[in-house]
Amino acid sequence: MDDLKSKYLDLIGNAADEATLEELRVQAVGKKGEISLQMRSLGKMSPEERQVAGPALNALKDEINAALTAKKAGLADAALDARLKSEWLDVTLPARDRRQGTIHPVSQVWEECTAIFADMGFATAEGPQIESDWYNFDALNIPGHHPARAEMDTFYTHRAEGDNRPPHVLRTHTSPVQIRSMEEQGAPIRIICPGRVYRADYDQTHTPMFHQIEGLAIDKDISMANLKWTLEEFFTAYFGTKVKTRFRASHFPFTEPSAEVDIQCDFSGGTVKVGEGDDWLEVLGSGMVHPKVLKAGGIDPNEWQGFAFGMGIDRIAMLKYGIPDLRAFFESDLRWLKHYGFSALQVPTVHGG
Amino acid sequence: MKFTLSWLKTHIDTDASVDEIADTLTDLGLEVEGIENPAAKLSDFVIGKVTAAEKHPDADKLRVCTVEAGEGPTQIICGAPNAREGITVVVAKPGTYIPGLDITISVGKIRGIESFGMMASEKELELSDEHNGIIELPAGEVGQSFADYLAEHDPAQVDPVIEIAITPNRPDALGVRGVARDLAARGLGTLIDNTIEPVPATFANPVSVSIDADTLDQAPVFYGRVIKGVKNGPSPVWLQQKLKAIGLRPISFLVDVTNWFTYDLNRPLHVFDADKINGNTLRLHRAAGDEKLVGLDEKEYTLPEGATVISDAEGPESIGGVMGGLRTGVSDDTVNVFVEAAYFDTVRTAYTGRALKLNTDARYRFERGIDPAFTPDGMEHAVRMIVDIAGGEASEVVQAGEIPDTSRAYKLDTARCSSLVGMDIPADTQRDTLTKLGFVMDGDMAQVPAWRPDVQGEADLVEEVARMASLSNLEPKPLPRPAGVPAPILTPIQKRLATARRTTAGLGYNECVTYSFIDQAAAELFGGGTDATMLANPISSEMSHMRPALLPGLLQAAARNQARGMANLALFEAGDAFHGGEPGEQHTAVTGILVGKTASKDVHGASRDVDIFDAKADAEAILAAMGAPAKVQILRGAGDAWHPGRHGQICLGPKKVLGVFGEIHPKILSALNVKGPVVGFTLYPAEIPMPKKQTANRGAATIPDLQAVERDFAFVMDAKVDALTAVNAAAGADKALIENVRVFDEFIGGSLGDDQKSLAMTVRLQPTDATLKEADIEAVSAKIVEKVSKATGGVLRG
Repeated sequence: MDDLKSKYLDLIGNAADEATLEELRVQAVGKKGEISLQMRSLGKMSPEERQVAGPALNALKDEINAALTAKKAGLADAALDARLKSEWLDVTLPARDRRQGTIHPVSQVWEECTAIFADMGFATAEGPQIESDWYNFDALNIPGHHPARAEMDTFYTHRAEGDNRPPHVLRTHTSPVQIRSMEEQGAPIRIICPGRVYRADYDQTHTPMFHQIEGLAIDKDISMANLKWTLEEFFTAYFGTKVKTRFRASHFPFTEPSAEVDIQCDFSGGTVKVGEGDDWLEVLGSGMVHPKVLKAGGIDPNEWQGFAFGMGIDRIAMLKYGIPDLRAFFESDLRWLKHYGFSALQVPTVHGG
Repeated sequence: MKFTLSWLKTHIDTDASVDEIADTLTDLGLEVEGIENPAAKLSDFVIGKVTAAEKHPDADKLRVCTVEAGEGPTQIICGAPNAREGITVVVAKPGTYIPGLDITISVGKIRGIESFGMMASEKELELSDEHNGIIELPAGEVGQSFADYLAEHDPAQVDPVIEIAITPNRPDALGVRGVARDLAARGLGTLIDNTIEPVPATFANPVSVSIDADTLDQAPVFYGRVIKGVKNGPSPVWLQQKLKAIGLRPISFLVDVTNWFTYDLNRPLHVFDADKINGNTLRLHRAAGDEKLVGLDEKEYTLPEGATVISDAEGPESIGGVMGGLRTGVSDDTVNVFVEAAYFDTVRTAYTGRALKLNTDARYRFERGIDPAFTPDGMEHAVRMIVDIAGGEASEVVQAGEIPDTSRAYKLDTARCSSLVGMDIPADTQRDTLTKLGFVMDGDMAQVPAWRPDVQGEADLVEEVARMASLSNLEPKPLPRPAGVPAPILTPIQKRLATARRTTAGLGYNECVTYSFIDQAAAELFGGGTDATMLANPISSEMSHMRPALLPGLLQAAARNQARGMANLALFEAGDAFHGGEPGEQHTAVTGILVGKTASKDVHGASRDVDIFDAKADAEAILAAMGAPAKVQILRGAGDAWHPGRHGQICLGPKKVLGVFGEIHPKILSALNVKGPVVGFTLYPAEIPMPKKQTANRGAATIPDLQAVERDFAFVMDAKVDALTAVNAAAGADKALIENVRVFDEFIGGSLGDDQKSLAMTVRLQPTDATLKEADIEAVSAKIVEKVSKATGGVLRG
């Protein structure tokens, strides 16, 4: 029986493939295999002989089976190893090309502003870009003869021969949305109005179309000091650093008192660093809403008061992100879009910055 | 508005520096746009004395001078004829910049002899055009700064020029005196009294003046005096220097006087040659509308109806508030002059000026509003100056009309400054501020000075007080915030647009912002370019019409990028397009285009031309992100911008179009110079129906635990039958059981014939109650075959 054992263990150990192993299995423990045949002969033995030979044969059968299984696994491993060795790739090859989309800085900054002002309770209002001259001028206390009209470089729409209505305008500011919003909602009201505006001007810092964001807050006791706080909070949140503002007396027909607002910055070294240094940069116009404008919006100026401001979205985008030329915003040069654009999931939030 | 420091100081007594004045002006709302300080460019020049001058051994016209300029004897070679021993000169040492030559002096050799600097002429210092020799000073210390010397001996040469921007509400600051008044009220100095003592009259005024009754509201008052026996000619040097400093050209004394008072006291005046006034009468009246007049600028103007005209017996000779006429203007030969001061209404002046497209200093001031009460005094200032400088005798005053009554008073509510501005300023200080600005306080009532037409209510008083107290002192105060977590503020449409934008970028598109106006030809390609959407005054013909769609702007952007060598593009824009010229005739769209290949050529062979199904996939993904229903119709007929056979409109019924996708029409590509292939989509976020449910609850998910079964069918049908028709028919065979139907193969032509196609689809059956038995499947399959055959005319492929 020992001969049998060593014979088969040797054969199994030397088997080169699965087919040989199967043959050996049949020879040894198959139905007519050597060990199976010997087990059949147990019946002819005396009970004493059987008591010895039975367990020994069973043990031998188990041992052979285990050796077969182990050898089979070994052969499979060797085969896999050989296959993997042949499966080599140059992993430095480029991946499949996947387009990388971007969000335009104007949209990004628009959403940044919306998020910050929303946190302070300002809703977002929008309005038509082709406006009547009443909404764009008269309602904002700029009557027909007012010199400010001439100074705005207004685009007018064509009027057909015989159509004697005053021409509409491409809105020169987002302020008409103030009037429309006051008409619709009354007071109290807190809104920002982002949007496209138009002025007939073109150079490095002026394009005939640009984007403005208007703010309006009307309540019983809102003062210019609240305006200053609101703007400082906004700029601090927007630029991510404490920003001081400086108010200078000025004049806009639609506010009284009016102020130009400068933000603190540093011009040294040829770049603008907001929130540092002793220089000031003019960024927006603001003031307390003129009583005539409140009236035009259907709000009683004896009961309500509040502030308004307007600033350029493109301009604050240029300041924050170091974009040198306004004109490039609207040229859609793919290289520019990729450099200054934002990834799709970079959604600005107050909690995430 | 420009003035010089010394000019300002004729109205205000102050020791403040230029910088201090400039900062204060800006803070007061008179924003300084620039300061030109001539002393700055002269700061390196020093005064020297020529102690010896000998002829250059190798040049007859050159002299070798020894100059003492504070640092020991210096050798300078000089070619000026007046270079000689003993004179006091202006020296530029090596390293000094010479403004008139635009060079920096260095040590040099002239004909073999070294020269350490130069002696300057007036032209080289840009003081005058004088270049016949070097400057010889009558005095001056050796080594002294030449700028300091000028400040002491000829201050006009180093008088700083300040330029300020005047907002339209402040006509009073269009005169130097008004600027000085603001500074004095701020406490920067004391306003100097300029009360005028009229020149006594020695004879009756020969000119009579009248104002037509219907003209009194636009020209309410007119004053005039004749001065006889004047001698016109060049103005005195000081006057010429001041006018030149602010960029005005001196003409003759009588004309310069009018310019002077326009800028000094914001009092536009006109001078007539009294001998040229026909009939010795002047009449102010409204233009009938066809009168012609040659202005002082020698151009002919046709007066608009209603314009204020001043006529003599011969006809119109002046456009009131805008420009005088050439016919009666003064010349060097004028000996008798008629000085006019009148008040012209702001609105009428603005309309007249605009109609004539004529911008003058007079119009600029009258249309903003000058001080009507100052009219007679303004004239007297001019008469006094003319008599003092040009001689002559003055007539009595002729007056027509009355000074318009602009008197008004508003209540100063001293608490208002605190409640409106948020600054606490003592009541006494507030009253004092207004008084210094010329308001007359009567108890709480503030009488507005006639030179402040802008003050029209109580809020204006607060503005004046706050402005003088300086808004830079304003302390921020928190704006009360809504309690708790702020509520969401975006409207559903705003959220949709933001989602669309981010989804499109996520699909690999680069967002563009293109102009809202495009050229007419491009607009016409997309159904626009009509008169309704045309601008009356476009900035260029490339920007003449409001865009009817976003596609043209994006295609033009694609063409520009292709020209720069970028062939594969995915661009999008989310914004408004205009279907008409009335307010509100705009609609929001999201448009994307894919150009060229899906990817760069790569080792994986994955790059291929973009096709309509790329655009469709993206359009569907973006619509889904915006909350559009999944079940839609695809219809054709979107218009000429699209390939007629290769586009589809995504619709909820024939009139509810959510979007379009497809290939751009080849004619459009060639018109816009874009190299294809180009596919794209346009989606209309506002067209997506609002969800009916207002709750966030999504209901329970049905996730059956029974095995789903899939069966494949292939039908042969006419090649032009829409696959969606077959899919919808199959899905309708058993709506409860059929979970979805998916087309997985299409084969056209071959053995089927050119006009036939085979369409293969997988139907997925999802039982919910009991496992499907073969008989159930057979039954539903039969129904599917029947429905599809009926809907498409197709037959099951054997």
